[in-house]
Amino acid sequence: MNKIQQALQNRILILDGAMGTMLQRYKFSEEDFRGERFKDFHKSVQGNNDLLSITQPQAIAEIHSKYFAAGADIVETNTFSSTTIAMADYDMKDLVYELNYESAKIAKKVAEEFTAKEPHKPRFVAGAMGPTNKTASMSPDVNDPGFRAISFEELRVAYKQQAEALIDGGVDLLLVETIFDTLNAKAALFAIDEIKEERNLDIPIMISGTITDASGRTLSGQTAEAFLISISHIPLLSVGFNCALGAKQLTPHLEVIANRTNLAVSAYPNAGLPNAFGEYDESPTQMASQVKEYLDKQLVNIIGGCCGTTPEHIKAIAEIAFQYKPRPVFQSENLAV
Amino acid sequence: MKIHQPTTINQQPKYLKLSGLEPLVITPESNFINVGERTNVAGSKMFLRLIKERNFEAALAVARDQVENGAQIIDINMDDGLIDGKEAMVKFLNLVIAEPDISRVPIMIDSSKWEIIEAGLQVVQGKCVVNSISLKEGEAEFIHHAKLIKRYGAAVIVMAFDETGQADNYDRRIEIAKRSYDILVNKVKFAPEDIIFDLNIFPVATGMDEHRKNAIDFIEATRWVRENLPHVSVSGGVSNVSFSFRGNDPVREAMHSVFLYHAIQAGMNMGIVNPSMLEVYDNIPKDLLERVEDVMFDRREDATERLLDFAETVKGSAKESKIDLSWREESLQNRITRALVKGIDEFILEDIEEARQAANKPIEVIEGNLMIGMNVVGDLFGSGKMFLPQVVKSARVMKKAVAYLLPFIEEEKLKNPQITDSKNAGKILMATVKGDVHDIGKNIVGVVLACNNYEIIDLGVMVPPEKIIATAKEENVDAIGLSGLITPSLDEMVFLAKEMQRQNFKVPLLIGGATTSRAHTAVKIDPEYECAVVHINDASRAVTVVGDLLKKETSTSYKENIKQEYDTFRKDFLKRQKVKTYLPISEARKNKFQIDWKTSEIVKPNQLGVHILKVFDLNLLLDYLDWTPFFRSWELHGRYPNILTDKVVGEQASELFKDAQQMLDKIISEKLLEARAVFGIFEANSVNDDIIIQNSEFGIQNFFRTLRQQSQKAKGKPNIALADFIAPKETGIQDYVGCFCVSAGFGTAELAAKYVADHDDYNAIMVKALADRLAEAFAEYLHKEVRTNYWGYASEEILSNEELISEKYKGIRPAPGYPACPDHLEKRTIWEVLNVNENIGVELTDSLAMWPAASVSGYYFANPEARYFGLGKIKEDQIEDFATRKNMNLDEATNWLKTNLAD
Repeated sequence: MNKIQQALQNRILILDGAMGTMLQRYKFSEEDFRGERFKDFHKSVQGNNDLLSITQPQAIAEIHSKYFAAGADIVETNTFSSTTIAMADYDMKDLVYELNYESAKIAKKVAEEFTAKEPHKPRFVAGAMGPTNKTASMSPDVNDPGFRAISFEELRVAYKQQAEALIDGGVDLLLVETIFDTLNAKAALFAIDEIKEERNLDIPIMISGTITDASGRTLSGQTAEAFLISISHIPLLSVGFNCALGAKQLTPHLEVIANRTNLAVSAYPNAGLPNAFGEYDESPTQMASQVKEYLDKQLVNIIGGCCGTTPEHIKAIAEIAFQYKPRPVFQSENLAV
Repeated sequence: MKIHQPTTINQQPKYLKLSGLEPLVITPESNFINVGERTNVAGSKMFLRLIKERNFEAALAVARDQVENGAQIIDINMDDGLIDGKEAMVKFLNLVIAEPDISRVPIMIDSSKWEIIEAGLQVVQGKCVVNSISLKEGEAEFIHHAKLIKRYGAAVIVMAFDETGQADNYDRRIEIAKRSYDILVNKVKFAPEDIIFDLNIFPVATGMDEHRKNAIDFIEATRWVRENLPHVSVSGGVSNVSFSFRGNDPVREAMHSVFLYHAIQAGMNMGIVNPSMLEVYDNIPKDLLERVEDVMFDRREDATERLLDFAETVKGSAKESKIDLSWREESLQNRITRALVKGIDEFILEDIEEARQAANKPIEVIEGNLMIGMNVVGDLFGSGKMFLPQVVKSARVMKKAVAYLLPFIEEEKLKNPQITDSKNAGKILMATVKGDVHDIGKNIVGVVLACNNYEIIDLGVMVPPEKIIATAKEENVDAIGLSGLITPSLDEMVFLAKEMQRQNFKVPLLIGGATTSRAHTAVKIDPEYECAVVHINDASRAVTVVGDLLKKETSTSYKENIKQEYDTFRKDFLKRQKVKTYLPISEARKNKFQIDWKTSEIVKPNQLGVHILKVFDLNLLLDYLDWTPFFRSWELHGRYPNILTDKVVGEQASELFKDAQQMLDKIISEKLLEARAVFGIFEANSVNDDIIIQNSEFGIQNFFRTLRQQSQKAKGKPNIALADFIAPKETGIQDYVGCFCVSAGFGTAELAAKYVADHDDYNAIMVKALADRLAEAFAEYLHKEVRTNYWGYASEEILSNEELISEKYKGIRPAPGYPACPDHLEKRTIWEVLNVNENIGVELTDSLAMWPAASVSGYYFANPEARYFGLGKIKEDQIEDFATRKNMNLDEATNWLKTNLAD
């Protein structure tokens, strides 16, 4: 059993909050995004947050550090879009290995500093693998429902490259997240499973889907339970949901999952639903009080925040989660003294 | 001491779990899982022909039909020498995936070629079944494929087949099954619950001695496998067993039933069965049953001969059963239910007539046949399996049926005056409140409630409170539903609540409509009325809420709970209110939005003055239609055009869209609706928060009184009023402003009424929803004409429809009621300036709603810096100032601006 599984036995683990929301506070300009290295790059790069791991690494480290200080056990690498598929828009496909490798390094270094300071609370780095901006089971063309903009094979290759670089950079686990199309996630799992076999490596995997609206389904149309069934063929550390909904709206879907799996369950919702201006305005206290419902119902083992959440949210969540025992995950009769 | 050694052994029972868009979990309690097999080119000549002809539309219909008829998994096979199997598999699967009503079930990818199976696995998100692998080509290949299947996340059918051939007796079946199981579970670490054995169903009664034990061997091998190989399933193709009786359906049907009856008891839990080729076990004549069982169990030497002899006698009586049984041949109730669920009114009158003749009293057809069907509709809708437009279509069929029955019921009443009216679930009064004309949402809720056996008394729009109260008393209603779209309606609702309290009403009050909210209901309405007040934001919730409110068992507790819930909500809400600081209006004015008038671009309009457009060609508006809100009004959520292919609502959205297009064609070609517009552009300047307009033609001055943001802003952020976008008088620069009113609503009410009279609420709602869209499109069209032509300040602009909808143009067209100018009073000024009433006939109600409802009015601001903003809350000092400017008494002004007043 590795350290993270051990930690999961003992307590509810806290995942970090939003990276994008924190980066907005820096108000980086096009020049800041470019840095010295890309100052003559032929395309605008502003908004390519993942690139900041190369051009503004101190800011990324600082955000990780804030989240750890707020009580996070796990931070996610700044690699949500670091696949050849998602980087194609910026003409930065060639940078993918470096982006993932450097992002992992940055996060790992901060994690190690915290672990050294507080050895009783080891910190972990999750290699974030986003959904890419293409879907393998839906057509972008209304008039041609049989068309697909991306194939399983293309996704598998892209995810494999990302996962290998993240592992090389030292991440403790991989997090396939914000899954709106289960087929994309299955390509990621396929790639990771290949790496595990090739490298004879047992790296834990977290899976996190996204329920897009009140219909209770993923964008690709699956119910929460169908989603769970579709990704349960690979050994996982945890399964859960993030993004799209606030903590309150996520509850029924977490219940579906929690009642049907013995895997650890994760949740990192948005700070409420976007208001009329597209901002997330649920305060840390409000969010923590919603999270309390998860804890009272014993729904989760790993909890954090997505869009709109900040270290203040994570701190409030961590403080409340600290008072609870984790949802039981493993079979207990095998515990012997 | 051992260290903690927890395992990840799943405590969840090991059930075969599959998924399409929805889960399929096969437990010991599950009924036999039926696999649809008509999408199999090897098994269906018709399907093969469709694929060869590349008629994928029709091929999809075959798949859909199977799912509709109860297949819980669909088997897809493209193995044919004349087609490119891999290409056809991928193409067909991609199309299937795009049809939520098919892809909700798991898929069985069926091929003897691995490359086809793998291509299939790469395009399906759900957990599939691979059909099949076996030890035929040896262990190495078996393991290789199993590993990949595991990595793709599918279950697998394992054929009882090995290097030496197919298992054809009991021992070989269990030997191969055991060996395959051990390899899969121990070497590949394949989950045992994901293994399904196909133990080969072979024909019996063929006349050959070696086939005599085919059935019993299969059944016994099944029993052994289920007892000795934990967690696996057993499957097979049932029709094989009766192969030798082709052409004699009664015997085949009996054989299938007998075989299944025993195989299922032995543990066969899934398979391919043609439901129309199945007799009910208990209905098999005793003599036939005995002979079939003799054959199945090999009980007599002469079993086959005896069955053959017997078969001769039943051959002639073979019932006529086409494979593609059309629903019209089903039982009467099924036909009526189906007509309601599918919204097909084609045959309903003949079915209802048949039901009427069968019934003792005509009312029984409503209370029996129709309610059974509508309950199915209600359940499907409640569980999210039907969508609103479908339900409204169901209601249309229901209404037609009821209308047909009514004369008979009346006649019956004359004959037997003692019988009373039919029992309904409750009587609900619905009304759009005084001064408001919007009723699409209210009508939808009414229709949906009516579907659920509530009697709806719909008082229509602009209903004065006295009438609501009087009717409620007179009709002794069980609940009152109020609807409204414009902000003044909120106050009307509060007033009604107070009035109901004063008159000691005890019936629940339901609140709905676009401006209403849970917050407003809880904070402003609920405290005024002792009985339950419930905010309902969509039609699907209306049924549950009204049910809970009116059902005896739930009523009291539900009412108490909702009261409690709103009370808590209200307290939290009031507590949460951020303390905002407000500036005195004089201070706010000093922090106005600054435009550098020396450099600001002001374009002199090409055509000043008032213009009127009548007898307008609606075709010109088609490019400007924004469909997204249209779908929203039907409670289908998503952006157009993506919504048409949405996994959940796509099919409904497409159908609705098709109906809308048809209606639109009809409206345009038959000129059923008329659109009119009046607009004007005038010389203008601002003085403080007022805009003074000069209608030089008549030498008249008018004032637009705008309101200014008053909350304390962050440093550098202005307190904006619309007047800031017009050059102040003191600059000496001549500026301009415009205003407009468009309507596409002339004829709407009449046309909708015609549909209602024809019991067709679906099209009545459709007409209104389309009229709203046309009015919005007209406003968009006219704004463009003004920008590029009449005023001409953006004569160069080229914008797509999407860009128009996302307001990428220069200048703004806010309307009274918008967040920038929430004050509806300004409509009166627009009416005066443009003489709207006389020019085009659009009127203002007491609450300042426009009539016809499908109308839009507003201002035009051309300044490139003009933008939309929200006024936010304002203070009393601004209202006093506003009242003085408007020469209006303070109470009246306060009344109109109440919702904007900071507490």
